[in-house]
Amino acid sequence: MFHHLLLTAVHATIQQGNVNIDNNRCKGCGLCVATCPAKTLQLSNNVNTRGYNFSQQLRPNRCIGCASCALICPDACITVFRTGLRKTI
Amino acid sequence: MLLYKKPSLLTDTNMHYCPGCSHAVVNKIIAEVLEEMNIGTENIIGVSPVGCGVFIYNYIDIDWVEAAHGRAPAVATGVKRMNPDKLVFTYQGDGEVTAIGTGEVIHACNRGENIAIIFINNAVFGMTNGQMAPTTPLGMKTTTCPDGRDPQLNGYPLPMAQLFADIQGTCYVTRQAVNTYKAVKNTKKAIRRAFDYSLQRKGTSVVEIICACPTNWKMTPVEANKYISDFSVKTFPLGDLKRP
Repeated sequence: MFHHLLLTAVHATIQQGNVNIDNNRCKGCGLCVATCPAKTLQLSNNVNTRGYNFSQQLRPNRCIGCASCALICPDACITVFRTGLRKTI
Repeated sequence: MLLYKKPSLLTDTNMHYCPGCSHAVVNKIIAEVLEEMNIGTENIIGVSPVGCGVFIYNYIDIDWVEAAHGRAPAVATGVKRMNPDKLVFTYQGDGEVTAIGTGEVIHACNRGENIAIIFINNAVFGMTNGQMAPTTPLGMKTTTCPDGRDPQLNGYPLPMAQLFADIQGTCYVTRQAVNTYKAVKNTKKAIRRAFDYSLQRKGTSVVEIICACPTNWKMTPVEANKYISDFSVKTFPLGDLKRP
């Protein structure tokens, strides 16, 4: 019981993945925002050099490092890093 | 630990595709597959189409030939016969495969040329602003059928993959989509198989990919991908139609 609670707490607070988004390549289609299972991404209110509302990671500590956003991104502007804990996609 | 990065064969050029266009996803998948195969860029020759996908030669850093509209399989036939050890593939849209170039593609498959054909089916003529294509599903609205496609007036959507599967020269025919990340993974496996079979000289491989055209479907990219999951797959069921 205690172990389960501890694990939940760890999963809620420790970041498991990290994404790096190329802002100027992003076209703001929003597919990554819709596909992210942990809801960590959001379109920015600012625009990039081409006038698109680029995608950004607002809640990085909820990222699980699954790379769904990178697979669905049409412009290949997302780089994904795994920061530990999870071993499989 | 690095989990995913932009494939190195994909150039840094900003793609001209509209936001959310599935063409860009497929370009990225092709670059990933070619990078994984690791056979050297000098051993890969692509034949690029006319249509929205025409600038693919600016985006993937391999050798390309630009064919006249619809004639990519004929050009690829010549390239492959002169370079039998190299990987030759065509990248074509539904305007090429189902309309202007049907003769070339059917006969290239019938001869069993050892090429891979990647067929992008987005149900409209995208480059000319979204007219009805032979592959438009029944009831879908386009600029030339504003009340939805009517079978009495416009006929039925053309099931190209089923036609290819019936031809003896083809070795691998599959229909995939890129609207979810799982579908993207399956499409990547299918393209890898098609390239492997064409290198092993088993016959023509055809990968039909159901794509979204959010601009001409008058939808957001997210809605367009949902439309594929909900409606397009009823007209064009996904899966392998022929395996060697």
